[in-house]
This record gives sequence, C-alpha cells and structure tokens, in this order.
Amino acid sequence: MTRELTCIICPRGCGLKVEIEDGKVVSVTGNSCPRGVKYAEDECCNPMRTITSTVRCEDGRVISVKTDRPIPKAKMFECMKMINSATAHLPIHIGDVIIEDVFGSNVVATENA
Amino acid sequence: MTELVIIGGGPAGMSAAVAAYENGIRDILILERDKALGGILQQCIHNGFGLHKFGEELTGPEYAWKYEQKVQELGIPVKLGTMVLDITEDKVITATNEEDGIFQIQAKAVILAMGCRERSKGALNIPGTRPAGIYSAGTAQKYVNRMGYMPGKEVVILGSGDIGLIMARRMTLEGAKVHAVCELMPYSGGLVRNIEQCLNDFNIPLKLSHTVVKIHGRERLEGVTIAKVDERRKPIAGTEEYIPCDTLLLSVGLIPENELSKSAGVSLDRITSGAVVDQNRQTSVEGIFACGNVLHVHDLVDYVSEESEIAGKSAAEYILGQNQAEKVHIPVKTDGKIRYTVPQVITEKKDISVFFRVADIYHNVTINVYDDKQEKVFSRKKLKVAPGEMESIVLKSAAFENAAELHFELEVN
Amino acid sequence: MFDVAVIGAGVIGGMIARELSRYDLKICIVEKENDVAMGATRANSAIVHAGFDAEEGTLKAKLNVRGSEMMEQVAKELGVKYKKNGSLVIGFGEEDRKGIETLLKRGQANGVKGLRIVEKEELHAMESNLSDHVECALDAPTGAIICPYELTIAAVGNAMDNGAELLRNFEVSNIEKKDAAYEITAADGQKVQAKVVINAAGLYTDKIAGMVGDTSFTVHPRRGEYILLDKECGNMVSHTIFRTPSKMGKGILVTPTVDGNLLTGPTSVDMTDKQDTSTTQEGFDKIIKEALENVSTVPFGKTITSFCGLRAVGSTGDFIITAPVEGFINVAGVESPGLSASPAIAEYVANMVAEQGVALVPKADFNPYRAPMHHFREASIEEKMEVIKKDKAYGKIVCRCEGISEGEILAALRTNPKAWDLDGVKRRTRAQMGRCQGGFCSPHIVELIAQERNIPIEQVTKSGRNSYVNVSRTKEV
Repeated sequence: MTRELTCIICPRGCGLKVEIEDGKVVSVTGNSCPRGVKYAEDECCNPMRTITSTVRCEDGRVISVKTDRPIPKAKMFECMKMINSATAHLPIHIGDVIIEDVFGSNVVATENA
Repeated sequence: MTELVIIGGGPAGMSAAVAAYENGIRDILILERDKALGGILQQCIHNGFGLHKFGEELTGPEYAWKYEQKVQELGIPVKLGTMVLDITEDKVITATNEEDGIFQIQAKAVILAMGCRERSKGALNIPGTRPAGIYSAGTAQKYVNRMGYMPGKEVVILGSGDIGLIMARRMTLEGAKVHAVCELMPYSGGLVRNIEQCLNDFNIPLKLSHTVVKIHGRERLEGVTIAKVDERRKPIAGTEEYIPCDTLLLSVGLIPENELSKSAGVSLDRITSGAVVDQNRQTSVEGIFACGNVLHVHDLVDYVSEESEIAGKSAAEYILGQNQAEKVHIPVKTDGKIRYTVPQVITEKKDISVFFRVADIYHNVTINVYDDKQEKVFSRKKLKVAPGEMESIVLKSAAFENAAELHFELEVN
Repeated sequence: MFDVAVIGAGVIGGMIARELSRYDLKICIVEKENDVAMGATRANSAIVHAGFDAEEGTLKAKLNVRGSEMMEQVAKELGVKYKKNGSLVIGFGEEDRKGIETLLKRGQANGVKGLRIVEKEELHAMESNLSDHVECALDAPTGAIICPYELTIAAVGNAMDNGAELLRNFEVSNIEKKDAAYEITAADGQKVQAKVVINAAGLYTDKIAGMVGDTSFTVHPRRGEYILLDKECGNMVSHTIFRTPSKMGKGILVTPTVDGNLLTGPTSVDMTDKQDTSTTQEGFDKIIKEALENVSTVPFGKTITSFCGLRAVGSTGDFIITAPVEGFINVAGVESPGLSASPAIAEYVANMVAEQGVALVPKADFNPYRAPMHHFREASIEEKMEVIKKDKAYGKIVCRCEGISEGEILAALRTNPKAWDLDGVKRRTRAQMGRCQGGFCSPHIVELIAQERNIPIEQVTKSGRNSYVNVSRTKEV
C-alpha cells in the first residue's frame, strides 16, 4: 500500500510517499531530512501530536500551555478534557509542569504569569 | 537625543535591538504599545516557531521570551504602553503613554518594526447584514488565547491564511465546530503543514475557489451563504450553499502597518505595502530602517528575526559611521510572476540575500536574474514555488558588478 | 408621572427632547434599542440640505430651510462638528440643465440663500476631480455636512444633563389613556405614564399611532446603501456632489464627511421589511458605477466599510406632524430632509406641546451647551498634555488606527447618554472605525465596557439584545 503524507515536523511541509507492507513502513521518499522518515513511520503506525492550549488560573485568567512531547493523535480530545479541568497556581514560570503524566507527556506552561 | 529608537517590541524590534547592541550601540530605546514585549507572538500559543533559528519547536510566547530575556540581560531600555503618534523625516518621534504623557525624542537612527494588521471585513464588502459574530482570525485568537473567552461555537472561516488555519484547530480543540474553511483562490495561502494538522486532522473541509456571498442574522450571526467562484473569482450562480453558524472568522490577508512610515516620508512599495529598502533594510530616508512584517509579511518568525538582525546591525553601522562598502545604486525589478523582492534596491557591492514571493503556484521553474544588458547573472531550478512560501537566493557581488539594474524573472518550463 | 414622553431616540426624538428640556417639564425618552440613533439616524447621507428639493408650501420645504438656518448654532451649542461645505447638483446634459433650473427656482421660492448656476469652467475649477462630462451645476453654498448620530447623542445627552430620562430597551407594545395621562407599556413589562406623548418612532410611527386609534397614515422603509472610504480619500471633493434628480430618483452622491472620510450612496429601494438593513451586491455595483460617473477617480480600493440604512417614508409625501387625539403628537414620515429640518421640527413640536395645554415655563438653569465628544481628539499637543496630567488614561492609546485613548473611551462610557455596547463606543469616539475596523482594539474595549458596567465579559454586546461578542468562557463548552 502507498500513502501520501505531508510532513508536519517543520514548516517546509515535504510531500512524502510512503510504502507500507504488513503494517510496516518499508520506504519513504520525498523527504528532505531524516526526520521525515521518522515522521512517516510514526504517522502510519502511531500518529503523534503536540497539543497547545490554555489553562485557567485561580484568578480567572488563562495561561498558555503545551504538552512537552507529542501525545497519541487519538488522545487529543481526552488531553483537552484534562487541560480544561485543570487549575494553575500562580506564580507560573515558563516550563513549570501544570499537569503531570498526560499520555506520556507533561503539560507545561509556555508563558510566565 | 537617543542614538537608536526602535518602534515596536515584537520579534522584529527585539531582534533588531539585540543585534544593534551586539554591534556596539548602547543608547537604544524600544517603544512598545502593548503592556508587554512580544507583539503578536503573545497570542500565537501554538508551536512551530524557532526550528530554523533555535533548532527546537517553540510556541509563540516561548520564542518571544528568548528574546525578551536577551533584552533584559543586555539592559536595553523599553517603554511599554507607549504609542508612537508621529515620526518626522528628521527622526523626531512623538509618542504618548500614561506616565510621560505626550513626549518627543530626537533619534540618530530609527528602526521601524510595527508589524502588520489583518485585512478587515469592511474592506471585503460582503453583502448582507452586520451582526455580531464576525471577527478577523487574529481578534478571535486574542479572545480565546489571551482573554479566555469563546467568540462563538459554530464557525465558518473565510480565507486559508495561516492564522485562519491555526484558529480552526484552536476553536475545535476548545469545543467549537468548524464547518468549513473557504478560500477564494484555487490554492491555500497557508503552509501545507497547517492544512495537514489544523484541518485534515479534524476533518474540516477546505473549500478552494469558494467565498462567502451573503451574511445572515440581525443581532448575532445566524449563517452564511457560500458559493463557488470562477477563474475571475466571481461567484457562480447556482452553486450557493447556506451554512448555519454563529461565527465567521476572516483570514484574508495581512497588511504591513505603515502609517508612521508615511509620516516619516519613507517611500513605500505598492506590492508589499512596506517600505522600499536596500540590502541593509535602510529605507529611502537615510537612518530609518525597517524589518519584520512592517516591511513585508513573512511566513515564519524565524525569518523575521534574521531580517531584523540585518536591520539592527546596519543601524549600528550607520550610527557609528562604520559602513565603508563601495556605494552603488541598482534597482531590482520583477516580472509579475515574481511579485516583489526585498531588497528592492542594492546600494553596496557585497553578497546579498534577496527574498521574494511569486504570484501563483508554478511547477518546474527556473529563477533567472538578468542585468540591464540582458546578461543572465543567476539561475536556479525549482520544482515548485507558491505565493504562500517566501523564496530566497544569494546573489554574489560579482554577479552584479557591472549592472545598472537587475531583473528577476520566473521561467516556467 | 412625566409631563412628556418621547417615543424614539433618533435625531427627531432627541432634538425634540432637547428642545423641551429648556422648560420646566419632566421628560422621558423611551427607545427600543440599546442606544440612541439606532434607526434611520444611524445610516444616512449626513447632509444638511440647503432646502431646494421640497415643493414650496410643504412642511418639508418650510422646516428644511428653517432647520438648515438653525443648525450651525445648534451644532455649536451641542459641541457637534458641522461644516458648511456647500452642495453642488451636477448636470451632464440639457435635460439635467432643465432640472437644475427648476431646482434653482424652487429653492429661491423656498427662501434658500445664495443659489446660482455654475458653468463648466468655473465648476471644474471649484472641484477639480469632477468627471469631464459634467457641464454645469447648481451651487448651494448653505448646504452643509454633519454627523447625524453625533448630533443625536449630543442632543439626548444635553436633554439628560437638563433633567430628561432615557429608558433603553423599551419597545412600546401598548399605549392606554388613563384619566389625564397615557400609560405606555413596553414589551418587557416596563411602564411609564405621561401627560403628552410624542411619537417619533421613525419607521414604527404608524404602528405607535395605531395604538391610540390613528390609522390615517402608513410608513414604509426605503433602503439606502452606502460605501465609506478611508480618510485619505476625504479631500477628493470639498462640496457635497449630488446628481440632478430624474425619474430614476436622486441618484448617488459623493461627499466628504465631517470626520474627513469620503461617503458615497445611497441606493433607493422601496421595501416592506422594517428590519432588513442588509447590503446587496446590486447596491454596491450601482453606487460604484454612478459615483464614478460623477467623480471618475473615487478610489473604491480604499473602502473601509459599507452599510445600509432605512428611511421612514410616509404615505402623504410630506412630513406628518399632527395631533390626532388629545395629548398625542405624531412626528412621522420624516425622511430626507429630516436631519436638516430637525431643529425646526423640535421648535414646531414644542409649540404643539404648548397647544396641548402644557405650560412651557423656561428653566432658569437650562444649559444649552454640551462639551464636544471630539474635543480631546482635536486638541493641540499642549492641551492634550494638560488633560493627560490630570487623567493619565488619556495618555494610553487604545484604538491605534484613529488614535483614540482609553480616557476618551471611558468618557463615552460615563457621559450621558452612556455607551453600553461596542457600537456605542464606536459612534461616540471613532474607536474601531479606522482601517482595522476594531480588529486590534475591540477586545480591550470589551473589557472596559464590562468593567464600567460591572457585567461579565460574555454579556458585552456589539449592539444590544443578542448581539453578544463572546458566547462563553473557554473551558466551559
């Protein structure tokens, strides 16, 4: 089976052609760097995404956050549920862990407050 | 007298300030209208920034913080909440804020780094009513990401610029339903990556060659009528489709904000809506430089930073009277397929990076540069060029040694 | 119990209330919208007509000429921008010339001063951007421009400063005569009582008159679409440029506005739906085509916004200013030149109130003056610095396109009649009216409205009722 993908690792957005046999990636073409091969393998077998969002603080304002590594694409909305029900405690510095252990990542602050 | 005044404390202004400092200038002042540094990056909480510049994937606030820290470490003075009202050709800056009231500064050099604004709904003349619920994508981004409010829940987006695509994903993750992204052109102006991860990931349809032809609803938006457009971008009768929605986001283009540049007498480029600059990012007014989205709209903040470093360094050299390069005056012309270049004029004999954008999607092209004697001084093949992606080439000084003019042409094979 | 209740806070209701507030009367103005100037007043050509359009002997002619004469002084008292820029009615051929001659005679009969016909050479020297095909024009030097909602806000504000009350979101659903007074009931149950009721409800004057049994007239909406251009186009013409009226109507005008923009329009389409202020592609096409015939260089690429207003056209052809039953006065069918006539209409109606047996005793402390809303905007740097010293909010720019400070926005939220929504702030300050159309500043203005009115952010509206700007907080969907 052949799958066509757009690499989303960087803004270049390479068009990838991926050959898949028995659920395994056997060849990747169209990539400009090795990260494209890794992306193609992950995307076809276990797609991952970084989530960026906001968490509400005790005082009502919101601060920006992200998962510090990609999480399974299928878990994006479950991750959002956890982010939406969390409350952040001030003061906050960039990189502070706001929620631990979210599908293999931590949700961390991306701004100071 | 202040040696260097930088108008704007976003990514462009901060990079330029740091570069000027590193090139020997100490008397610098950044004037920023917002209550914090960072500019529009503060509300761009998505990731994808900094790969080029820092080799890591940062969110907007994180990218801004890297520069803000540098500005702090170097002790570069900043006036926040300060709006510049006027700049004269003699570099007298009039500004206002709560603490100082209206004040004037005489600068030796000025760097314009005011950024850009979104094209508004008013300029589109979409027939129909004028209810609440119509926002430019960036305004919605501010409500959602900075203020923590949802401008609506059933969304249609007009225009597939990157901010529109990013907001399609943001609104979806926050629980809204994005019904469609309509794009007037037969291709998207956004990055391919954003179409993939902001639309395709969530099964949001991208309707190319479509536009909004009518707005419905008296108090709050109730729906929009969309239609297909022909090659001349006119709606095709019979293709109308009504989509109920409470929100219409517009992502229909960014325009450099050059009102202050005009007051300073800076010549503007009709295509970019930014200043006409040389390779040092110096405008037509000596000692006034421009960089970032106020000069031309960039795809990536990383490139804004790079361009601003050029402007900062050049301003420093100007102030210190260090620039000894041999002077020339070589206008750079384009053929229309290439819409514009930055710089638009070359004034020094040295190797120069030229940035440009094309007018349409072209495949199998050759980028050719000719001098005024029809001599081809540069040529490079590319598989694909697109309006959404800025291109750049490096011209060796030897290539234009004897040129009175350079012509950038795109050969489509 | 009020002495007088005015229904409708448009330019007519507002000017009447202001006129009556000179006297020792208890006055209320009831308005169905969230702000004043929300009907026909909100969107029209913003012209003070010289008075040559209406037929001699009509109320329109009489009150237009009188109103036009009074307007400069009224504008001065209310701190409203007014500019006597003069009007030109341009003619393309012989038929137009006949029309212009008719207007000249009619205007002279109505008592309009300074009218004359100008020929091509002089005309093109007066207005260099007129199209080459324009042969002659009627020059009406007393024609002027004014901002209709600025006038109305100021008139209502001045009336309130002199004791009148404004009740908003009061949509009249019933009027009942009880003893010596009328009881006016709103759709939401609010009630007021007044000895005299003045029906200045614009498009709905027929419906309101019907509530007291007067069915002698009807009012229907006539759509007028406009395109507004950037300030950099405001000096394309200095006069208001009208076309010669023909069987096809009065045509598209091109005029500077008092704020320095260029305005083109209106279309003229009779309608039935009194709420349909939608713009149309046909409307845009007509405006652009005719405006370019008048002034071939109008740069429509510099469009800031387009909008549509509904004129309240009465069934008699003239203004309908009547007292059909005791204590009830209609001021209906006030289409163009209603804005121009408004000061004279107010004076005329005040006399009718007296005829209803209400004594008009001048108030000793009546203050005819109101501080201009645009004062800070147009002050010198030195004056501005003085103001900022006293109130630093004036040093903080919120709307960057128009250069409007937080101090000016707070003033709009605190001065009678207070702005309650985003559009209200826009009309009072011009914030959100520039090139970005509020893209940058509206979120902060929303915060200021919430803070001043002490309401949650999600209750802030664009223009009252259900026009919410935000629908909820995030994380709560």
